[in-house]
Amino acid sequence: MNKFIVSPSPHTYTGESVPKLMYGVIISLLPALAVSVWFFGIGMIIVTFVSVASSILFEYLIQRYILKVKPTHLDGSALLTGLLLAFCLPAIIPFWMVMIGALAAIGIGKMTFGGLGNNIFNPALVGRVFLFISFPVAMTSWPEPGQWMHYTDAVTGATPLGLMKEGLANRTVGEIMPELPSFLHLLVGRTTGSAGEVSALALLLGMLYMMYRKIISWHIPLTILATVAVFTGILWLANPDRFADPLFHLLTGGLLLGAIYMATDYVTSPMTRKGMIIYGAGIGIVTVLIRVFGAYPEGVQFAILIFNGFTPLINKFVKPLRFGKEVKHG
Amino acid sequence: MSLRTFSRGGVHPPEHKLSAGNKIKELPPPEIVVIPVSQHLGAPAKVLVNRGEQVKVGQLIAESGGFVSTNIHSSVSGKVLKVDEFMDSSGYRKMAVQIQVEGDEWLETIDRSDDLVRNSVLPAEDIRKKILEAGIVGLGGATFPTHVKLMVPQGKTAEYLIINGVECEPYLTADHSLMLERSEELFSGIQLLMKGLGVEKAIIGIENNKPDAIEKMKKVVEGSRIRVQGLKVKYPQGGEKQLVQALLKREVPSGGLPIDVGVVVFNVGTALAVYEAVMKNRPLIDRVVTVTGKSLKKPSNFLVRIGTPVSVLVKEAGGLPEHTAKVINGGPMMGKAFSTLDIPVVKGSSGILLIDEQEARRKEVKPCIRCTKCLSVCPMGLEPYLLMNLSEKSLFERMEPEKVLDCIECGSCSYTCPSSRPLLDYIRLGKAEVGKIKRARKAV
Ligand code: SF4
Ligand code: SF4
Repeated sequence: MNKFIVSPSPHTYTGESVPKLMYGVIISLLPALAVSVWFFGIGMIIVTFVSVASSILFEYLIQRYILKVKPTHLDGSALLTGLLLAFCLPAIIPFWMVMIGALAAIGIGKMTFGGLGNNIFNPALVGRVFLFISFPVAMTSWPEPGQWMHYTDAVTGATPLGLMKEGLANRTVGEIMPELPSFLHLLVGRTTGSAGEVSALALLLGMLYMMYRKIISWHIPLTILATVAVFTGILWLANPDRFADPLFHLLTGGLLLGAIYMATDYVTSPMTRKGMIIYGAGIGIVTVLIRVFGAYPEGVQFAILIFNGFTPLINKFVKPLRFGKEVKHG
Repeated sequence: MSLRTFSRGGVHPPEHKLSAGNKIKELPPPEIVVIPVSQHLGAPAKVLVNRGEQVKVGQLIAESGGFVSTNIHSSVSGKVLKVDEFMDSSGYRKMAVQIQVEGDEWLETIDRSDDLVRNSVLPAEDIRKKILEAGIVGLGGATFPTHVKLMVPQGKTAEYLIINGVECEPYLTADHSLMLERSEELFSGIQLLMKGLGVEKAIIGIENNKPDAIEKMKKVVEGSRIRVQGLKVKYPQGGEKQLVQALLKREVPSGGLPIDVGVVVFNVGTALAVYEAVMKNRPLIDRVVTVTGKSLKKPSNFLVRIGTPVSVLVKEAGGLPEHTAKVINGGPMMGKAFSTLDIPVVKGSSGILLIDEQEARRKEVKPCIRCTKCLSVCPMGLEPYLLMNLSEKSLFERMEPEKVLDCIECGSCSYTCPSSRPLLDYIRLGKAEVGKIKRARKAV
């Protein structure tokens, strides 16, 4: 007798686990990965492999030998960080830089804060910004698509956002437009840019998959996209010669990758639906401000990092609607 | 039209209603019963019998020990062996009356026939008195004395009676079987409750996974002021606050009761007990218990005498499966685990669930990844991850403004957490500590 386990309720659980969620996100990134490999070939393969492998390796080494805790390098989160980091790098960047980026992402972005769940900033973005500051030239040498067998020796060019930014110094939007890739090319991803950001369609497909699997909700990505669309729309209507149209903004640069994959990072985004909407709107506004009025052509990753910093504050002040609160009761 | 349900949170555990559709089987009295004197919320009842005394079925053996307390009756006839402390479902030893069963001799006042007695002419006061005498408590598991709920506090009015036929816990089918097999009596019991409460309107809420019960009850109540409402399947819809909201779109205020929005909620089992008490003079001495589990041979719904050892029920259902690791009183979401089968069935026992080793094992606890799942499933709009963090760090004062006392302990948060965090364990701890703080404040 007396041999039964006595533990408090509940006595049943969903089969949900951290690896399952992480691998769900990873699966949703596969279409975008496939498109990038199609356009950037061997370079993309090398960059992705190095980024993923070194993220996992650094996580293992740091946990095992420096922090002396049980390594969690296979829970999918390091793999995901590596994949996302690779997605926002030029497919021709030297592999040792990729390794430094991964070290910054895992070491600085994640482990100094105490590992998964405790980091304040999105690790992949930390890696990207670290590289951007350390190697500005390599980080802005974007290969033209369609050069499959080239790695470091590929022909480079400016991104559509870069062209727009430079062009606007002395020309109108209408004059610059013909030099840019068509919307169709932006949609499928046949354009100059960081490897994983280029295909809008593949990224949107990934978003739908994640929503279907309830890995993310619509609140963050759609608020960001809607805010960018509305804000740039207003600017465009006010002066179509100075400002590009909303569609151009939505399809270019890292906006979709950022909105769908970086801003929705569980650990660094707000907990409530209301908070997510505030966060998404903030990211959208700051992205446009940087893109249109700032020094850099691209702004979404900075906007996300800024709002990562606000997340604790949002969590503190934006509470879910408690049951039985708004009852007017006599 | 989309089906009604409550608005916030909720989960969909797999149902496993293994015993659904199995006719209620009445078990004969066992050889020995142990009848605890605190089978209800509130003060224990005071024992009236002594060792060696002969008792009959239905005889009062312990008397209500206060305002929130109830009478306890013998469920068998025979000789009192002991009045002593026995282990009950709480895992603690509590006062109980042990009776050696001899024959099956009932009090003459009890109507044991199957005849349906209808149309009571009793005034509301007498109905309430009979309910009080019969020792009826909420049979959904909360075991709050029914007569207390029927007394509407000064300044409040009851407008609706809600009958809880939701049975949202996976595995359990006791209420379902009652609605199918005892619908006429239930109908009568509901009318008695309406009269006792002085309300004109009643709604029976039933989840859509029991279409046969919905249909049956609809047919039975046709032409009356009682309405049957099908509900979307979602746990914890059986929670009073959730059910009131699902049916009437009224939100019970934080810290309040359904009566604050003009509603009183009773479980279907309670309504049946009321019928039997008022129309048949039969105190609450037995109840329907679901005995179930994936590896159990014959998952069943049994009508058993209060005080029957759980081991007898398990034997009747095909015996204890080899790899049973947990025995649960109730469903998998809110039930309590027993350490042994040597525990009596009480008024609040809605089911006995056997779980095997593989299912029972808790997974390794991982760090919170802030996925927001616990928050989005919480039906009370709380932030379980935050409450657990505060509780872990003993920051109990900060838990009160975060509304920890609103937690209904439904377990949805722990159920859903991908990091297997024991959220509810810590929240319970926090609730207890916040309760202490509040009491201390009052005492000053
Ligand atoms: S469900 Fe678990 S991991 Fe997700 S936020 Fe809640 S506690 Fe954290
Ligand atoms: S157990 Fe409490 S905190 Fe957890 S989901 Fe249920 S009501 Fe919310």
